[in-house]
Amino acid sequence: MSNRVLKILVPIISIILGLFVGAIVMWMSGYDAINGYIALWHGIFGSSYSIGETIRQISPYILAGLAVAFAFRTGLFNIGVEGQLIVGWFAAAYVGMAFELPAFIHLPLALLAAAAAGALWGLIPGILKATLRVHEVIVTIMMNYIALHTVNALITTVSDGSYKIDRIQKTASLRSEFLSNLTDFSTLHYGILIALLMVVVMWFILEKTRTGYELKAVGFNDHASQYAGMNVNKNIVLSMVISGAFAGLGGAMEALGTFGNISKMGGFTGIGFDGIAVALLGANTPLGVIFGATLFGSLKYGANNMPNAAGVPVEIVSIVIALIIFFVASGYIIRVLLNRMNKKKEAK
Amino acid sequence: MSFLDLLYFIVPATIAYAAPLIFTAIGGVFSERSGVVNIGLEGLMVMGAFIGILFNLLYADTFGSWTPWIALLVAMAVSAVFSLLHAVASISFRADQVVSGVAINMLGIAIALFSVKMIFGKGQTDLIQKKIPRFDVPILQDIPFIGPMFFKSVYGSSILAIVVALFAWFVIYKTPFGLRLRSVGEHPMAADTMGINVTKTRYIAVVISGALAGIGGAVYAITTTNDFGHATINGQGFMALAALIFGKWHPIGAMGAALFFGFAQALAISASKIPYIQDVPTVYLHILPYVLTILALAGFIGRANAPKAIGQPYIKGQR
Repeated sequence: MSNRVLKILVPIISIILGLFVGAIVMWMSGYDAINGYIALWHGIFGSSYSIGETIRQISPYILAGLAVAFAFRTGLFNIGVEGQLIVGWFAAAYVGMAFELPAFIHLPLALLAAAAAGALWGLIPGILKATLRVHEVIVTIMMNYIALHTVNALITTVSDGSYKIDRIQKTASLRSEFLSNLTDFSTLHYGILIALLMVVVMWFILEKTRTGYELKAVGFNDHASQYAGMNVNKNIVLSMVISGAFAGLGGAMEALGTFGNISKMGGFTGIGFDGIAVALLGANTPLGVIFGATLFGSLKYGANNMPNAAGVPVEIVSIVIALIIFFVASGYIIRVLLNRMNKKKEAK
Repeated sequence: MSFLDLLYFIVPATIAYAAPLIFTAIGGVFSERSGVVNIGLEGLMVMGAFIGILFNLLYADTFGSWTPWIALLVAMAVSAVFSLLHAVASISFRADQVVSGVAINMLGIAIALFSVKMIFGKGQTDLIQKKIPRFDVPILQDIPFIGPMFFKSVYGSSILAIVVALFAWFVIYKTPFGLRLRSVGEHPMAADTMGINVTKTRYIAVVISGALAGIGGAVYAITTTNDFGHATINGQGFMALAALIFGKWHPIGAMGAALFFGFAQALAISASKIPYIQDVPTVYLHILPYVLTILALAGFIGRANAPKAIGQPYIKGQR
């Protein structure tokens, strides 16, 4: 079986296995799995309203997925997308609230602030990795917690002790009456266009620029890249910064589009962590990320329909997502099994 | 509050907050010493906390005052079994150990919350009635100064944590199993050549980490929060991971780091009562453990030496 086919088959088999084991879990817990999945399906596609909400949910997932995938391509594992997303969320919400500017300056400024905040949060592990060879996984995990606590403290400061900051000005909003009307008054906003634009940006950087070529080369083999005269350290920092900027924009989706402000968080949003799954499923390609994000955004939003329509707790979808990650990560064993099946076929 | 009162308050609180971290970090030491990264400690703790609370609620009438202790054992067993998922994926299926750990974290919280909704019909369990008792250590508590700090109203689980840390040091550095464990983490091929079963050793190490993280999570839930919800374990697993790195993959070092992080937590919670500290915004105390870990990794606090083969699946015959 060719490598290309395997690359597409492994994620698909993983999704099927994940849904299948999820069904077994539901069945063993005394729920009706078929009703559960029907409720999920209706939750996603049941009405133009739910389709609008699903697409709205997909936007931050695309950006989180791009962030993880971009770092992956350079051989880096950015678990810090969650933290970068949180600081981006805060930066966008703050700029959106604090300034009074015409919309054509205000909205780009708020988006830029989010990207810059995320980039800054990626810069630190990037520099530590490039100069001191500190492993980025642990640093980015720690940066997540630093982001969570810092942003919570900043919210208190900015709002004079309240648990949330004031809503953003209309001039910084991504809200769209047109998209909303189109989807039966859902909260769908222009964020999806920005997310799709960023998919193109990532594709362009990776495939059409010299920097992109170097980034990929470093990801394949940093020793060889060094030998070929590339500045590996510079590329590591750059990759983390770009990755963080994508993640920060993911936060801007929530700040400027969905919620219009930021409240203190008791825990993580989970979007950043799900971004890992999105990137894995999408084989770290820009196009793949769209598919991965569509799947996870749909599952996450559609799951909200499961408790009412089928009595199944929402968390079943988190179980399914975690299982899918397990199966994708264990792709080795799936490849082995597929190859074995293939050989048997050929022998016949 | 006088300085002495302060010490009498902050030292026991430090130890109480440190105990779950000690258990979990020691578990992490076993796993990582064998060469398997365990980012999943958080998820394993969540599972332990959930099972600990669940058992406590269901069987409090049956076992009476023994309930919290048996709950610890059950939590240990369930988390050990749960950690097998990480072991199978990362050792046998050659999954990326970090990705597998992330999946463990997501799965742990998802299964626990799914079960809570299923059993209790709401997002949070009831409060438990049978907590781990505090007791005064006879004779020792009468020692002036030290007695009230270390031996008055301590949790039995805290003492157990310190015993486990010392025992882990003995196992890792003084027994044949410990030698095998370390060799598998440093150079699995050499270990394999010497007839050590790399796969088996790593499986045992990961299961030990699951067992100890399960106890850690259960201790945290049964002593500190007394119920289980989505935010019961909120970063303690990652703090334990930080403690094990800060402690340079050494059981006693990990215990020391856990005690320090426990101190930071105790300080953050009681900051408003302490002169000088009350002027420091609590956010600095909250992020202290994480910042310190980054500094430790960056080598500002002495170089940390991770096991050499950490993160790499061992593939027989591959050089």
